[in-house]
Amino acid sequence: MSQPFSPDPALIRGMTQRRLGRRDALRLTGLAAFGTALSACGVKGTGQSTQSAPPPDAVAKYWAGKTSTGTLNFANWPLYMDPKQPELKKFTAATGVKVNYQEVIQEMGPWFAKVQPQLAAGQSIGYDLMVITNGIQFKQFVDSGFLAPLDHSKLPNYVANADKAYSNEAFDKGNVYTVPWTSGMTGIAYDPKKVSRPITKLADLWDPAFKGKVGMFSDTQELGNFGMMAAGIKPGESTPDDWRKAADKLKEQKSAGMVRNYYDQSYIDALGKGEVWITQAWSGDVFQKNVSDGTDFKFVIPQEGGTLWTDNFAIPVTAQNPLDAIKLIDFFYEVENAATLAEYINFVCPVPAAQEQIKKDAAKLSGDDKAAMEAVAVSPLVFPAPTDYANLHYYRDFKTVAEQQEYQSIFEPIVLA
Amino acid sequence: MTTPIASRGPRISGGRALHIYTWVIIAWLTLPVLIMILFGFNDTQGRYNQTWEGFTLKWYGQVFALDELTKALVISLVVAVVTAVVAGALGTGVGYALGRHRFRGSGTVNLVMFATMSSPELVMGASLLTLFVSLGAGLGVTTITIAHIMFSISFVAVVVRARVLTLDRSIEEAAADLGASPWTTFWRITFPIILPAVASGMMLAFALSIDDFVVSNFTAGTTVTFPLWIWGATRVGLPPQVNVMGTLIFMAGVVIAVVTSIRSRPGRRR
Amino acid sequence: MSSTRRVLAPYLQILPGGLWLLLFFVIPMVTMLSLSLQEGDIVSGYVFTGHWQTYVDAITNYRVQLVRSLIYGAITTIVLIVVAFPVAYWIAFYGGRRKPTYLFLLLLPFFVSFVLRTISWRQILTDEGMLLGPLKQIGLLPETFHILGTPAAVIGGLVYNFVPFMVLPIYVALERIDPRVVEAARDLYADPATAFRKVIFPLALPGVFAGVLMTFVPASSDYVNSAVLGSSTTTMIGQVIQSQYLVSSNYPTASALSFTLMAVLLIGVFAYAKALGTEDVMKVAAR
Repeated sequence: MSQPFSPDPALIRGMTQRRLGRRDALRLTGLAAFGTALSACGVKGTGQSTQSAPPPDAVAKYWAGKTSTGTLNFANWPLYMDPKQPELKKFTAATGVKVNYQEVIQEMGPWFAKVQPQLAAGQSIGYDLMVITNGIQFKQFVDSGFLAPLDHSKLPNYVANADKAYSNEAFDKGNVYTVPWTSGMTGIAYDPKKVSRPITKLADLWDPAFKGKVGMFSDTQELGNFGMMAAGIKPGESTPDDWRKAADKLKEQKSAGMVRNYYDQSYIDALGKGEVWITQAWSGDVFQKNVSDGTDFKFVIPQEGGTLWTDNFAIPVTAQNPLDAIKLIDFFYEVENAATLAEYINFVCPVPAAQEQIKKDAAKLSGDDKAAMEAVAVSPLVFPAPTDYANLHYYRDFKTVAEQQEYQSIFEPIVLA
Repeated sequence: MTTPIASRGPRISGGRALHIYTWVIIAWLTLPVLIMILFGFNDTQGRYNQTWEGFTLKWYGQVFALDELTKALVISLVVAVVTAVVAGALGTGVGYALGRHRFRGSGTVNLVMFATMSSPELVMGASLLTLFVSLGAGLGVTTITIAHIMFSISFVAVVVRARVLTLDRSIEEAAADLGASPWTTFWRITFPIILPAVASGMMLAFALSIDDFVVSNFTAGTTVTFPLWIWGATRVGLPPQVNVMGTLIFMAGVVIAVVTSIRSRPGRRR
Repeated sequence: MSSTRRVLAPYLQILPGGLWLLLFFVIPMVTMLSLSLQEGDIVSGYVFTGHWQTYVDAITNYRVQLVRSLIYGAITTIVLIVVAFPVAYWIAFYGGRRKPTYLFLLLLPFFVSFVLRTISWRQILTDEGMLLGPLKQIGLLPETFHILGTPAAVIGGLVYNFVPFMVLPIYVALERIDPRVVEAARDLYADPATAFRKVIFPLALPGVFAGVLMTFVPASSDYVNSAVLGSSTTTMIGQVIQSQYLVSSNYPTASALSFTLMAVLLIGVFAYAKALGTEDVMKVAAR
């Protein structure tokens, strides 16, 4: 902020002198004319808007001559690892690579906007590894050519242990650029102390009893998905008409004064502070919040359905230490490590064998800890059974930029207006 | 100079009520700062420093325990120092020229300066982002510093110009008469006289830079300054170290301000 | 030789600073204007097409936020005058030897980072925080009562953050009033109210004008206060612009909105200056 720290009269005098006259205004117009002369310039893009498979030698080309620097910078979302970072400590002990772990990602839009200029300029973004969610920005990362193609020969644990379903996901078929960190569901979290009845359905987010105490996501896809599901539409197969219907539904919720705010990761803080009582939420967050702060919040997948998404490991092309980055990725696919991670974060584990491992870990414990751990092993939020998927919806995958822009233009004004 | 009115206070109206009012306003302004200082002593257990859980000094011992926060503070300090020095030099040149000479184009310079001081920060930050993006330049410490220097130059220039305008030129003329070259006259006579203005301009630039959030937010990329770190961290809860650093910066600012004001008291001038 | 140098001197002195301002203030405005007329997307790039429709769409979509920002800015400015004038008045006329101390106390909070101060308010005002929590527990307030998220919280934050910008210019103007002028009015049997209305206030106006100039523009274009203290119903145009740049990477719309905001504010400032008869007022201020 421009705040004069000293009450310097000279400054105030200087600022209040008359300095703008008609001639100055003319000068301004002169500048504008100068501007149109310069306007021939444009902003260069770095990729094509249509997804095309990378050339077959891309992997070999990228990985040739890469060396380790001994330090690994890892950008992740908050509440995605035990704050004591046991897995990373183990990795460092095993490899000698120091991991600098930063919880800097709060939402995909701002993250892409922040790193885009650096990546487009071919500069390092300061991170060798990041966790990005499938969706609009994921596609932008891929289409811009910002992601390093992964060398699967460097990922033996992934090849051996990963749930094969993941290599079939539409946003990155064959895991060319990314492999999953975890998956999760978007559902509803609430504070049972404030909300007197159990929350079971999306319609509860429209219930006037919670006027001004409802939190929704500011991410347009998260928000739009809930609008669509509340209107009985499957997001994955939706059309622009469906989007408009959903938008109407969401506008109705907003104009009724239901929504306290549209949140990124900060929704969990708002729930903790009692600003919202019931909110859109990501599946594992509530568990960690309850563990670390002794709260007693609940998470539910509403009857109408929740959405399923995947957060993925990705290496930015400008990474300075991609070798250790890919080593760490594979490290998390060791069954033991996948298990301890899932035990703490309670998000969907991409390593099916981890379920047995967690049961084994639970057997070593006793009392409440044992019960809690056993609950994780059978939790549908961590290891969903095929029947659980029936109630979960996928994101809409945008085929063209025009389609995606239309989507944005429908839902953006709800968040911002 | 205005004491006569003060002594005739009652003739004007309700001095006492206004006195109380002034203190109420001061209290209101200070309240959030006190809260910030207080919660630097909060013995909080979780990652949320929200409710009072008892007194502790431990955060002062662990003030640099969070590497990234410390790094952000260092970046902020470096940017602020560079900004103060560069904007100090460039702004002094502009301010001196405007205060001393009449020349064609001075109106345009004045206009641009006025525009930089009165444009919304948001617009300045955003326009710099468009420039860097159009040039295909990456963002980072360099672009933050460039931006900070940009918005600081005018403030330095305004302070220096005001001092130059009130400068008694006969001293310089005397020096010239005694055979001093313009260069010598400037460095031996003029510069020492305007130095306090330059110094306060530089301090202003430093303060503007270290506190800037809006412009930095647009020009930082993934680089994190102290205010940007706070902004990011607030979404999941601020650690007490932020309160401690805020308190220390606050104290440092107060001490510097008190020392300078004591030194510049008329009675102590050499 | 020496005379050429004398003619060139001011230009040489101005050159480095002037060049900096040209490169990093004037030219960016031009690139922003250019970008606002471009079409495309962040992946494949933007190309200049002179597409002014962006302005129409942007203003249609976000006129509510634009107007709201101007209203918030105006209310903030008016509240600031009301809050700041008595303080400046008291310090200028009653402060005596302690004037610098009082000014210092007023400025003290501003040694703390702007962002931190605003967040501190959030902590004080939060729904179950130190202020509202106890009141709700004893049942004085209903559980749904909140200050955060309301326009009052946002405007309160804006007022709070801009107090010195209003107090200082008014103080400087009042401080310059020759006490004999006031005495003369009193000697001519003006009662205190009349003396204030006819003598002191007009002489303080340049300070008020300067204060308005220094607060209205930053208050209307602020986005930190509405982001930290506001809610989905208090969104200001600054947040929209910020979000279009730094969330959606939608540079043309963001640039068009930035330009619109700046144009509106500049026109407002000019009109305001005109209405007050700037020339005279500003000359007094400059003295």
